Amino acid sequence: MMSAPDRSKYPELVDGKPVVDLDSEKYVKLWHGPQHPGITGNMSLELTLCGDEVVECKTHVGYLHRGFEKLMERRTWIQNFPVVCRIAVPEPAFNEYLYAAGLEELAGIEPPERAQWIRTLNLEMMRLASFLMWLGGQAGAFGNGTIGQWTVTHRDYMLDLFEEMTGGRIYHMYMLPGGVRSGLPDGFEERLEAVLKRVEKLLGEIELVLLHNAVFKVRTVGLGIIDKEMIDRYGITGPNQRACGIARDVRKDDPYLVYDQLDFEVVTGTASDVYERTLVRYGEMYQCIDLIRQILERMPQDGPFHEPLPNVLHWKIPPGETYVKAECTRGEKGYYIVSDGSLYPRRICIRGPSYTHAFPVMEKMAIGTDIADIAGLMVSLHTYPPEIER
Amino acid sequence: MKQLFERLRPLFAVTDFKQQRADLAFMHIPKDYAEMLIRHLRDHEGFSHLVFFTAVDYIEDGIFRLIYMLHNYETKDTLGVHVDLSRTEAVMTSIHPLWEQAALYQRELKEMFGIDFPGSPGVDEGFMLEGWDEIPPMRREFDTRAYSEKTFFPREGRKKTDPRAHMQEQLYPNEGEK
Amino acid sequence: MTDSNPVNDQELPNDGLTYPDTEYYCKTRPVPVAPHFQAMEQVRNWARANSLSVQAFGTGCGAVELRPLLTARYDAYRFGVMPSPTPRQSCVFVIGGYASVKTLKRIVVSYEQMQNPKFVVALGSCTVNGGMYWDSYNTINRIDHYIPVDLYISGCMPRPEALLAGFVKLKELIKAGKCEGANKYAENFDWYKANQKKIIKDWNMPDYNW
Repeated sequence: MMSAPDRSKYPELVDGKPVVDLDSEKYVKLWHGPQHPGITGNMSLELTLCGDEVVECKTHVGYLHRGFEKLMERRTWIQNFPVVCRIAVPEPAFNEYLYAAGLEELAGIEPPERAQWIRTLNLEMMRLASFLMWLGGQAGAFGNGTIGQWTVTHRDYMLDLFEEMTGGRIYHMYMLPGGVRSGLPDGFEERLEAVLKRVEKLLGEIELVLLHNAVFKVRTVGLGIIDKEMIDRYGITGPNQRACGIARDVRKDDPYLVYDQLDFEVVTGTASDVYERTLVRYGEMYQCIDLIRQILERMPQDGPFHEPLPNVLHWKIPPGETYVKAECTRGEKGYYIVSDGSLYPRRICIRGPSYTHAFPVMEKMAIGTDIADIAGLMVSLHTYPPEIER
Repeated sequence: MKQLFERLRPLFAVTDFKQQRADLAFMHIPKDYAEMLIRHLRDHEGFSHLVFFTAVDYIEDGIFRLIYMLHNYETKDTLGVHVDLSRTEAVMTSIHPLWEQAALYQRELKEMFGIDFPGSPGVDEGFMLEGWDEIPPMRREFDTRAYSEKTFFPREGRKKTDPRAHMQEQLYPNEGEK
Repeated sequence: MTDSNPVNDQELPNDGLTYPDTEYYCKTRPVPVAPHFQAMEQVRNWARANSLSVQAFGTGCGAVELRPLLTARYDAYRFGVMPSPTPRQSCVFVIGGYASVKTLKRIVVSYEQMQNPKFVVALGSCTVNGGMYWDSYNTINRIDHYIPVDLYISGCMPRPEALLAGFVKLKELIKAGKCEGANKYAENFDWYKANQKKIIKDWNMPDYNW
């Protein structure tokens, strides 16, 4: 039985916040990033340390700010289409879909059914690829670098499929407003199935190597617990929320595309620590594979994949505003689109789930964490700065 | 959603109800009652999730329109609350006591639009830009292209055609308005 | 060698610093390093070309392709390319795409902290002429006005194969003794500094971060 650790050397807590006197020479200020160890993008944490424990954390973003929302205001509706996918690098498809869906709603276009199925297939493949990349980062942050080698390679096999399907490796520019740019190539299903088998095999190995790994478990169980009370207060969505046992998923609650015709259960956890969040995402990867197989099975094999658009060079969208949302890998992603009836959008605002995960949640979670666990904690929240700063 | 609007109408000065989809509606409220309405929606109507919070610049009307997008997880409804601010006097009550992430949106709005939220934590700190000394960039009168050409060194040889005219000439020479 | 140019003796003003920080940083400028006699320089260049430590600072979205490049599929280790976590120990700086003004400040710091010999590879169209973000108020258009660039890899974004080809080309250039970016930086130090200070408005660091 261990006695309670001596906390007398640590700063006092007043209203849950530590009182830090930087001139006392007891504390160290450390910048974590923007040269970032994870695979999340450039973001920096300004940490104040007492020993190796974090007593204060402040997030800084803006290293990737490109002014997308301003650029979109001075490009025509169709010119924005190659711009939107650049907002989130590991998963551009969600941006493309949301922009297309918002435009379709405002312009009153109904995409054909086959296009909806292909879009769903594309989104689920994107989700799997993005999770594979995240898994490498999560394992790497706790010192298991080999897993990163495996998952990034398998993500690359997925990217090959995207290249075959859309012509683009990272940025696809595939989901045009009104449908998709092309159908599936011949024999695509078999090649996709072969990759899915490999990924499944990889996931089985990862369960043995990572999820049953004693070091990984000791370090992650009990780290960074999100209380249920925090969910609404902080606006947490996605796997971070589902790891608390709250089964909310945009795909289930407000089904878009063809998710109402697919058969799946929302993956939830209970403990809500880093390990549980890893498990939830791990479960969602199997769910992705299952959904992709269902889609391939039920997808209509022929039919149009694109609704004819008016001449897009002078395509004026009727005035109006709308908000469309989808479940991306990190949570609820949404586009708020305002049109004033001209050739150019009035305003497009992107709601990224990392906005809240990287700032208030991260700043709260980091307090009391050891410096060595900060990177792992950050990756487990799956923050992605470009969608914060656009 | 219509019932919600009818319920709110005797209590608050809500106007301009607009149903965009079955689960998405917008309504308008004067600036002074906005914080009260949002608090009421959160505590009594179940709109517990602040989806996002942003502004649109209507320079021709001289207003900024704030949009508070709220979501109700039980009824699965999304409600956008519009609040108009004068561009010359862009000050708004802060909603940071209601949601933790609101302070962050307010910091962004202060930087990008110059809308002030007195009392919001860290609202005067830079969010994305460092050492910015021009007008806030998301305002409509800020010309990003002119700024870019003035500040950064454009590479010579880039042909700057108007994409619309150029594409029209290339693809549809006989079509459309000239 | 270094005494021949009187500009090199001038002290840097370090105007951005406040007391007592002014005391902590040196005021000397970078000086160009002249090559050794030919055979020695060839041996050195051969050695330099075959151990390229890439600084792990992904400055833009192009960095997403560095990860496949450095893992099992494309395996840049075969070419002697490996990541290095600190600027002091690395010799290749890969500018991964667009650089916003806030990042440019960090790029300048990191670049100046790298030890000679150092090379810069700029990938993506946005480093060449601004690319997709040519009219953005926060991303620079030409990286070569702020730090010297030895090699461009164009594309949005360049594929890992293109990056590999780029690294092979970089090795050829180093072996031929053509990658003199660091000397160019030292020779045109005032011009680079003026360009950097034009856009980094809150200059609160020493003029040369050594």
